[in-house]
Amino acid sequence: MLPRTLRLTCARTALPRTTTKSVFTIAVRKYTSPAGVPPVELKKTPLHDLHVAAGAKMVPFAGYSMPVTYADQGLAESHKHVRTKAGLFDVSHMVQHRFTGPAALPFLQSLTPSDLSKLLPNTSTLSCFLHPVTGGIVDDLMITLHGPEDFYVVSNAACAEKDLAYISENLSSFPRRSEVEHTVLDGQGLIALQGPESMLILNEFLLHCLGDTASCPDLKKFLFGQTMFVDSPYGKLHVARGGYTGEDGFEISIPKEHTVAVTKELLEIGKGDRVKLAGLGARDTLRLEAGMCLYGHDLDDSTTPIEAGLKWLVGKDRVAEGGFHGHETISRQYADWKQVPRRRVGFTIEKGAPAREGAEIVDPATGEVLGKITSGCPSPTLGTNIAMGYIKSGFHKAGTEVAVKVRGKTRQATVAKMPFVKANYWKGE
Amino acid sequence: MSFRIATRLAGARFVAPRAARTFATTPRVNVVIKKYTQDHEWISLDTEDASKIATVGITSYAAQSLGDVVYVELPPLTSPVLAGEPFGAVESVKSASDIMSPVAGEVVAVNEALNDKPSIINASPEGEGWIVKLKVKSLEAEGLMEEAEYKKFTEE
Repeated sequence: MLPRTLRLTCARTALPRTTTKSVFTIAVRKYTSPAGVPPVELKKTPLHDLHVAAGAKMVPFAGYSMPVTYADQGLAESHKHVRTKAGLFDVSHMVQHRFTGPAALPFLQSLTPSDLSKLLPNTSTLSCFLHPVTGGIVDDLMITLHGPEDFYVVSNAACAEKDLAYISENLSSFPRRSEVEHTVLDGQGLIALQGPESMLILNEFLLHCLGDTASCPDLKKFLFGQTMFVDSPYGKLHVARGGYTGEDGFEISIPKEHTVAVTKELLEIGKGDRVKLAGLGARDTLRLEAGMCLYGHDLDDSTTPIEAGLKWLVGKDRVAEGGFHGHETISRQYADWKQVPRRRVGFTIEKGAPAREGAEIVDPATGEVLGKITSGCPSPTLGTNIAMGYIKSGFHKAGTEVAVKVRGKTRQATVAKMPFVKANYWKGE
Repeated sequence: MSFRIATRLAGARFVAPRAARTFATTPRVNVVIKKYTQDHEWISLDTEDASKIATVGITSYAAQSLGDVVYVELPPLTSPVLAGEPFGAVESVKSASDIMSPVAGEVVAVNEALNDKPSIINASPEGEGWIVKLKVKSLEAEGLMEEAEYKKFTEE
């Protein structure tokens, strides 16, 4: 079904050309595994048929057939709907894991720089798996503590193969390997309800599921970063407050056989104009406005969390104690910014052509190449061009005037603070 | 004139203009040829028009696939273009796409309205959302398709 061409991202005849891609390849590129393995048979999430019935434009992403947009809304419209009302995303392609056992904590701490011992029960944190020595990021992930010996982890679909090999390799050389059990929740559904209406919609869903207000959790006391289990007629649901859009919202993990029913019920509650299905297209522009990284674009194996602007997820005590992959590199960078050659920052770009992934960042005074854009788009919320990328340290301060090259033309860009759009997380009344 | 007719009856291969839309004093039959590329551009030319000025844009199918167009990069006037080579670009929220010239020629006009309102491309990709006018020799070039063939191509 996917057509071939309409070529992309290059210069005019007379100008030097970098790449020639089709509009359709670009849609795919954005959402394809960095490993880039074109799967023969695409996997389907439990919601696949529901997407097709809703007129979704399906593309291959990380080995799955996934929706980019739906028939009823264009990308910008869908994006704005999430910011103003609510959107429902299928993220069942992401990999859900459990790490249990007496050595689950030390095992995860040997792979990540996070201080998981300080994590409160039923709360989540962003973290990352690290490569030994270099401290490069294998993948970024969400880690939730359910109990002192029980962790729930969500990692990127695009890194599934790499992550599983990494986990099993590290586990096999871990001294207390017999005290760790790693399970992949294969086939488990995962949906993200995002946007200002999310709380009302989920509340109605819970009331409907649980029957009475007494057994219903008070969502006003359920804060950003917290998680809970709900015993529902649809089985045990895991609800995490947060997401990948910068809006208030929930990520709901659902037993495979109930994923369609839960999704349909949420859509029914929000029918009319409150909740609409949203695809990978809106997910990408929303997360960029929120200043969040997309692995394979803004993060990769050669980038440390400090360079990536994720110093906040590195535990101070972990740096002091060590005992995790890449500790030497990360502690050096943690202690001294001079050890950090480049930094991930945001950019606003003058009116006109947006700067996208791969665009060079240059010093307007000398023409020196300072780095590269890793994600960029016209912001549907702001109406201006936004981007993020890596820039040579020293040029990273907000307000620094630089230039980016788009199809051979130089455009003015300014280093900007992220998020570009203020986060709207629920932190209580 | 060729463009106007193409606008009116976008998609038709051979169209006879309405008398009211031609300024010719005597009735004549204009023959507008419209062709499509694998890169999803269209080109139309009034073969009776001795000036040989063709109009180029992106197809409805392409505009729909791109989504909301936010910026169009237009070529400078009088610049030469080559068949199958990019002369400009269309940017949507989702992506940037080169506009490839269906045939060789010289840019004689650009649609300045797109500078202020790039969304015209979404509203009327094969009409008011035309991109350039090219002085051409003919519409003979490798890989150009007739409407039916192009339609089939997009359905594959």
